[in-house]
Amino acid sequence: MRDRMANSDKEIIKSRIAWGIAFLLAFFWLLISLIPFVFMVFNSFRKQFDMLQQGPLHAPDPWYFDNYPQIVQNGIFGYFGRSVLIVAISLVLMLIISSFAAYPLSRMKFRLRNFIYAGIIAMMSIPMHVTLIPIFKMTNAMGLYNNKFSLIGPYVAFALPMSVFILTGFMMTIPREVEEAAVIDGCNKYSMFFRIIWPLSKSGLSTLAIYNGVSMWNEFAFANTFLNDAREKTLPLALGQFKGEFSMNMPMILSVLVLSALPMIVLFIIFQDKLVKGMMAGAVKG
Amino acid sequence: MNKPNQLARVESRNTAVAATVFLFPAIALIIVYMIYPIIDTFLTSQYSWNGISTDRVFVGMENWKTLIHDQKFWSAFGHNVIVMIFSILLQIPIGMLLATFLDAGGRKLNIFKIIWFLPYLMSSVAIAFLFTYILATNGGLFSTLATLINGKRTAVDLLGKSPQALYAVIGVMAWQFTPFYMVYFIAGYSNIPTTLYEAAVIDGANRRQYLFKVAIPMLGPIFKTACTMSMIGSLKYFDMIWNMTQGGPAGGTELMATYMYKLSFQQWKMGYGSAVAAGMFILITAIALLFQKIFVVKEDF
Repeated sequence: MRDRMANSDKEIIKSRIAWGIAFLLAFFWLLISLIPFVFMVFNSFRKQFDMLQQGPLHAPDPWYFDNYPQIVQNGIFGYFGRSVLIVAISLVLMLIISSFAAYPLSRMKFRLRNFIYAGIIAMMSIPMHVTLIPIFKMTNAMGLYNNKFSLIGPYVAFALPMSVFILTGFMMTIPREVEEAAVIDGCNKYSMFFRIIWPLSKSGLSTLAIYNGVSMWNEFAFANTFLNDAREKTLPLALGQFKGEFSMNMPMILSVLVLSALPMIVLFIIFQDKLVKGMMAGAVKG
Repeated sequence: MNKPNQLARVESRNTAVAATVFLFPAIALIIVYMIYPIIDTFLTSQYSWNGISTDRVFVGMENWKTLIHDQKFWSAFGHNVIVMIFSILLQIPIGMLLATFLDAGGRKLNIFKIIWFLPYLMSSVAIAFLFTYILATNGGLFSTLATLINGKRTAVDLLGKSPQALYAVIGVMAWQFTPFYMVYFIAGYSNIPTTLYEAAVIDGANRRQYLFKVAIPMLGPIFKTACTMSMIGSLKYFDMIWNMTQGGPAGGTELMATYMYKLSFQQWKMGYGSAVAAGMFILITAIALLFQKIFVVKEDF
């Protein structure tokens, strides 16, 4: 009996030590994650030359708030507005088109189904650079060069394979009985989608919206290739634009960084469970 | 022909029509923006063309011959491979450790999860700008720390010289992408049915035994997908490098994608740029297929 007690005491001590080490490492990674953000926020509240004098980790002394009004004056909200517009249109189109595609792939039997599904899945790992020159040519031919709306096509297309994949998996989990009941109530294949399948897929759609919204919001390569005029550029290009205009003023660029990262951080804190669920959907099937 | 048979045929025709209607927009977009461009890239790679003028000169396989002997392309590919190896070795194990910690600790550790995830929410462009300043010799984080430790002005030049520039970039990438794999493994852990944990506890397993004997082996398929994603991601990596080093110093951080972009949209050699893009496509596909094959064989044993 005594022996056993000692044994479990040992176990407890061992597990305490293990947790101690784990927390130490956890705090270490916390610092690594956080310090660049501290650097970014502190320096965005400094005057141009205070940064070099005070050192990057010293709190701003005095706090200087004029960087933010200045970047607003230089049109940061214009970049914001364009990004919101393009991401919103692309997301809505992408969600409609990908759920359209996922419906027959998950709930109907027809020839070529497996072939089409496999083809769409295979598109997931296509590097965008292979398509960049031809899409650039098409954009020019359509007269859309330097027009922010040229981004919608590629954004929707490149988000489709992954979204169709996840939604197909999601719609497969809707029980057959629901569909049978709907048929008895007089639903055909089309009204079935709009009245039954789509409403039941809402949670899958919202995770996809978050997941793809983040990557469209941050997209750089297409935007950088198609947009050359500051009045058409989206938010990821604002940084380069501001750097061109205020190259020596680091604090000002850093305040642009803070403003562009802020919406994503707020959204994540609100919707973090959805995001984890979205990745879970990908993880199960992957 | 009897009636039920005919009915079934009408039904299957209806299904085919509905499937076509619903699939049409997605397939049309994928053909226009992905399949046609891939074919066109291979076609353009046989021309010498500046992207603007109407006269493109057919040069046949000339660009491909140049590509095979192009030192710059192969050194860029070498950098991609180094980035790939370190991405898999850093991001996935650290991400898994963080997820294991969060899974064992439960909801009260949520604040760790939120802070750990923050880097992934920054765009690659923003990260590039932020770390250009953090790694700068003047007012940067590392140089300031080194100055403090040394007691005199010390400049740590991480981005200005090869090969450390490539490793600095790999470090920044680990900072950016580890949270992604963390969430991925959190999802993996939460997919393991709780009955398995209960069964293990009834069988007298402690937390550690459960973790190593039950939970981690269950993560196998997720681990494989994570490796595939990390691999493909690092072979087509572009945004951050382009904004941070543009492939410099002296090609020290040049990747296939930055090389292709430079050729096509700075030097306007669209023909050769297409050949590089197509070469990149072939290499990525080959490596991905090879990897799938090796892993499947391993799982069989």
